[in-house]
Amino acid sequence: MTQTATGARHGPYSSFQVTTLVALRMLIGWHFCYEGIAKLLNPYWTSAGYLAGSQWFLKDELIDLAANATAVTVVDVLNEWGLVAIGLGLLLGALARPAAIAGVVLLSLYWIVAPPFAGVTYPMPAEGSYVLVNKVLVELVALLVVVAFPTSDVYGLDRFLARTRTAKPAAHEAAAA
Amino acid sequence: MSDELKGDGAATQPSPGGWSRISRRGLLQALVSVPVLGVFAYNILKKKALDDAKKAAILSELGVTEIGPAVIPSAISRPPGRRIRLGLIGVGGEGESLLRHAGFAHPDWIRDARTALEKDPLDKQLEVYLNQEDLNVVFTGVCDLFDVRAERAVAASRVDVRPRGAPANPPARRFRSYTEMLQSGEVDAVIVATPDHWHARICQDAAAAGIHVYCEKALTRTEEEAHAVYAAVKKSKIVFQLGHQNRQSESHNKAREIIAANILGPITLVEATTNRNSKWGAWVWDIHKDGNPATLDWAQFEEPAAHKVPFSLERFFRWRCWYDYGTGLAGDLLSHEFDGVNQILQLGIPQSCVATGGIYHFTDGRDVPDVFQAAYEYPERKLTFVYSATLANGKDRGLQFMGHDATMNVGGTLSVTADGESTRYKKKLDEGVIDTSQPMFTYRPGFKGIDAVTSATMQYFASRGLLFTYRGGRRMSAYHLMLQEWLDVIRHGGETSCNIDVAFEEAITCHMATRSYLEGRRVTWDPVRRRIV
Repeated sequence: MTQTATGARHGPYSSFQVTTLVALRMLIGWHFCYEGIAKLLNPYWTSAGYLAGSQWFLKDELIDLAANATAVTVVDVLNEWGLVAIGLGLLLGALARPAAIAGVVLLSLYWIVAPPFAGVTYPMPAEGSYVLVNKVLVELVALLVVVAFPTSDVYGLDRFLARTRTAKPAAHEAAAA
Repeated sequence: MSDELKGDGAATQPSPGGWSRISRRGLLQALVSVPVLGVFAYNILKKKALDDAKKAAILSELGVTEIGPAVIPSAISRPPGRRIRLGLIGVGGEGESLLRHAGFAHPDWIRDARTALEKDPLDKQLEVYLNQEDLNVVFTGVCDLFDVRAERAVAASRVDVRPRGAPANPPARRFRSYTEMLQSGEVDAVIVATPDHWHARICQDAAAAGIHVYCEKALTRTEEEAHAVYAAVKKSKIVFQLGHQNRQSESHNKAREIIAANILGPITLVEATTNRNSKWGAWVWDIHKDGNPATLDWAQFEEPAAHKVPFSLERFFRWRCWYDYGTGLAGDLLSHEFDGVNQILQLGIPQSCVATGGIYHFTDGRDVPDVFQAAYEYPERKLTFVYSATLANGKDRGLQFMGHDATMNVGGTLSVTADGESTRYKKKLDEGVIDTSQPMFTYRPGFKGIDAVTSATMQYFASRGLLFTYRGGRRMSAYHLMLQEWLDVIRHGGETSCNIDVAFEEAITCHMATRSYLEGRRVTWDPVRRRIV
């Protein structure tokens, strides 16, 4: 990459860089989308157990939440459809930036509910061994990379949105011109 | 392809509404992820179709559905008609619990439940109490030999926090003996929750007086008493219910469907277990600080007991530890396990029993074993029923039905796992449709969410469907449903799910184990003379 990585539309990226960034965005999108759909397809899925197992500073509030059937239903629906919406946004590159930011927020909530601190155990089984850093945190930072290095204005439906949104040349296009 | 993010340069010079001016290349770039979405959608549909087909193949092979049991005894509750006057004989932990499930919680219990709810919002006990149906009963009489407990029941009778906002009742009258209560003309039906050595006499007298009986398990302390109660109830027109709450459990009713569909193949072994590891679980219950010869009627307590001993607070408050008043593990917990198995398999009385055990951990002066095993033979059914228990280890070993083709595990969740050597499922096992590493069928009573069930004993009862069950996804108390069913039958006729016939089978089966253990020999059931020999 020859230019600074900060800011939305700094190019140019090498084709390898572009390919990996687009792949990263789409794969995270795929993962989010499938997590949402898998939950929608499972009639027994609920966030209640995860919330109730919380161990950190929001523990009391989250246990309150888990105890309230209506609240759990709302959380479940928001989570399921939120995952699907964020996933589709990232996968298709449609409103990818807000989708990525929403994804970062959602993943931070997951991490805050069950941070893998040393000496803390949870009722829900973990699929690996972690201390502080778990796959949620890795995916969260990967999403920050997606926010920092946007690709959807060219490789995604945002290209159309960008065009209807503004008459000004996009930065990368200006750079190209 | 360097400078990729530049897009396609001059060809895409923007203009307002410049969509139409996107070049073909730009369009392809913008839509680059659409094929990926196609792959995604294709794979999801394929996975879902495969999962559905696998599930459908298994379910059609099994001939059952994963939805709730089709028929639950009290699923169709009829509206409570005439008001029934209820008496309670015996106000220990179980008696007070039954009273609460009939709609009369002690004010202290309500206060404690509120505190528990404040501490732990997942605690559902108060909600379950307030949401239970108003059974349209008036609690008119109580009899207990300990003043404190009798007064507790009177306080509960006046409680103003009642299910569904039902109004408070006038106070129940305290009777010093159950015979006075039965003769008072003030009760139509009684709950018998005394120690086991009193069950037989009270049930016979109530039946003779035409008063309906809900009796706690075990039915009786001895075989002779079981015969006497059976005859008395059969002769009368009363409605009898034995308190085995598993009769209301959704899992148990679903298990009956599994058996009816012959999913397990020939069953040769049924294994039921109890593991507890606490003093409370081993019946070392609290001795009330106000218990003394002035506040409790010791003479009346031990009147029907085999051996008379001097006043003993330990024996009064921890009666399950002595054969004079109960039968230890046989009457307390084997009775539940057997009735659950009998409900699912309709086994009836076994041909023979060998029981062993000993007092190995709680050497506190008790004479009932704390480690106890009983093996029952059913040659006509070609199966053995084994019960195994210890009061000094808390591992949950579950309740398992073992067939040639599959094993069924019955607990809070019911699961059926195919056997690797099954004949019936061989083809599907070979095809990989069924695999033995996970259940081919799982039934979880319809409930999304969690409850606070904390203590090991509570978890044991909950896992056996003895505390609560679900109706249409709503958590219900199994005690309440048992009482409701009994009252329904009193008002409208029909048959209780734990009637005197199955109660008799429970009693004889448990007594066979007790006899075998005490006499150190194999005992058999003579079906002609209807006697344990």
